[in-house]
Amino acid sequence: MSTPETTTVGDAPVLRMESVRKTFGGSVVLRDVDLEVAPHTVTALIGASGSGKSTLLRCANLLEEIDDGAIWLDGEEITDPRVDQDAVRRRIGVVFQAYNLFPHMTVLDNVTLAPRRVHGVSRAEAEERARELLERLGLGGKADAYPDRLSGGQQQRVAIVRALAVRPRLLLLDEITAALDPELVGEVLEVVRDLKDQGMTMVLATHEMGFARDVADQVCFLDGGVVLERGTAEQVFGDPRQERTRRFLRRIVEAGRL
Amino acid sequence: MTVTKDESAREGADGEGDMAGGADDGYVPSERRLARERYRRARARRATALASLSTLVTAAVLYLVVVNAPGWPRTKETFFSAHYAREAFWKVLEGLWLNVRLLLICGAAVLVLGMLIAVARTLRGPVFFPLRVLAAAYTDFFRGLPLIINLMIVVLGVPALRLQGVTVDPVVLGGTALTLTYSAYVAEVFRAGIESVHPSQRAAARSLGLTSRQALRHVVLPQAVRRQVPPLLNDLVSLQKDTGLVSIGGAVDAVRAADIIVGRSLNYTPYIVAGLVFVALTIPMTRFTDWVTARMDRRQAQGGSL
Repeated sequence: MSTPETTTVGDAPVLRMESVRKTFGGSVVLRDVDLEVAPHTVTALIGASGSGKSTLLRCANLLEEIDDGAIWLDGEEITDPRVDQDAVRRRIGVVFQAYNLFPHMTVLDNVTLAPRRVHGVSRAEAEERARELLERLGLGGKADAYPDRLSGGQQQRVAIVRALAVRPRLLLLDEITAALDPELVGEVLEVVRDLKDQGMTMVLATHEMGFARDVADQVCFLDGGVVLERGTAEQVFGDPRQERTRRFLRRIVEAGRL
Repeated sequence: MTVTKDESAREGADGEGDMAGGADDGYVPSERRLARERYRRARARRATALASLSTLVTAAVLYLVVVNAPGWPRTKETFFSAHYAREAFWKVLEGLWLNVRLLLICGAAVLVLGMLIAVARTLRGPVFFPLRVLAAAYTDFFRGLPLIINLMIVVLGVPALRLQGVTVDPVVLGGTALTLTYSAYVAEVFRAGIESVHPSQRAAARSLGLTSRQALRHVVLPQAVRRQVPPLLNDLVSLQKDTGLVSIGGAVDAVRAADIIVGRSLNYTPYIVAGLVFVALTIPMTRFTDWVTARMDRRQAQGGSL
């Protein structure tokens, strides 16, 4: 939750994408996508299902290989095939829609796995930091429980702790409230808000428009794999320039989600 | 096996019912519930009575059919002679010790080798291409090759080569043949387990910065092995009885011990004894497998969302 790594120089973007193209089979999922994420800012990706939000995040983390274009993390081109992908992923935390906790491990083991195995932190040290983070996210009593004993909201908060435990430079949140019951959404969004206050750089794909408007410094509207509109939350939500953005937002309002 | 599962499920349901009744909230079962339970009990009693009756009738019919068969007196003498049964029993038990040792050693070897082959088959990357092909060819070949032919080739063929320094001990060779065949089966069981772990688990592990190998070791394999315990135990039960086949090379196991007596006396009772001893040996293992499976099913039912 602190922002470690001192490699940034001034306001150089943490993440930069240029002309990123990604296809699955014959269908183009991302087309000419440009994106810049400044340090300590929150970028919200909005758009209908299938618009490419999740794919964009997966490309940023190198879980998907892009077809064309380039991606930089802290000024280093990570799409260069000579780059050590594992080393890149170590600097990026990801939280998934379906939590993806490891069901055969306790909460504590889920959180300490990467610090211990990847970063070579001693067990005692890793567990101390894990317990501290769990405590801070209201999960103090759950360290020794297995994931299937937790509610969806608790599982998702554990997933956030797991991503934070390696002190990532950048946090990618992929529709992290989409699988939650409505009454559990708030507790997870609260955590994201806290992280923003602590200066964590984040990119989140979300359907929670109210939350995106609230928390995002930059909003990108994706449509058919293209960033159709981008700007501050006020611009995109208050005065959208594109007809498609307007139509999308109108549907959201009609559905009572904004 | 299904019967056991059904029964245990019913027991579980009853237990929960009692627990709810024991909750400390002043709950008094309604007349409706009591009536329902009375009816269910009566129905269960009727079912038990019916089952006992039909079992008795079936047994009686079978007995009469067998005993009245024209060849029964002669069959009884050659297959169910008390005298030869007593003589064979201790010999067979002595031989069985060899089967048990073979099971333990081959079982361990099979698990290790099977795991290595399964992992080899799932390795990605061009460097591992030959390894992948080799592992695939291995499983294809040894799963298709009848065990008895495999045993004959190894147990009889290897000594015929008269290689220097290579053992001709039928036990070692027989064990090797068993391990070769069963490793192929077990490798497929492990591979199915590895592939059953959802790709999102690997994605989560990789996104934390774990290398491909670390993701396999800490995230994928533990889940794969846990899920495959029932089929693995099933293969071990099967291996246990197939250890009897090493007798074709002349190793004196339970089957061969029986064989020796049969050859001398021309009475087949020792085979029956050996067969029953094997069955007796596999039953605990089978029950254990059922128990583990039922336990895992229950846990999965509780687990709900992965």
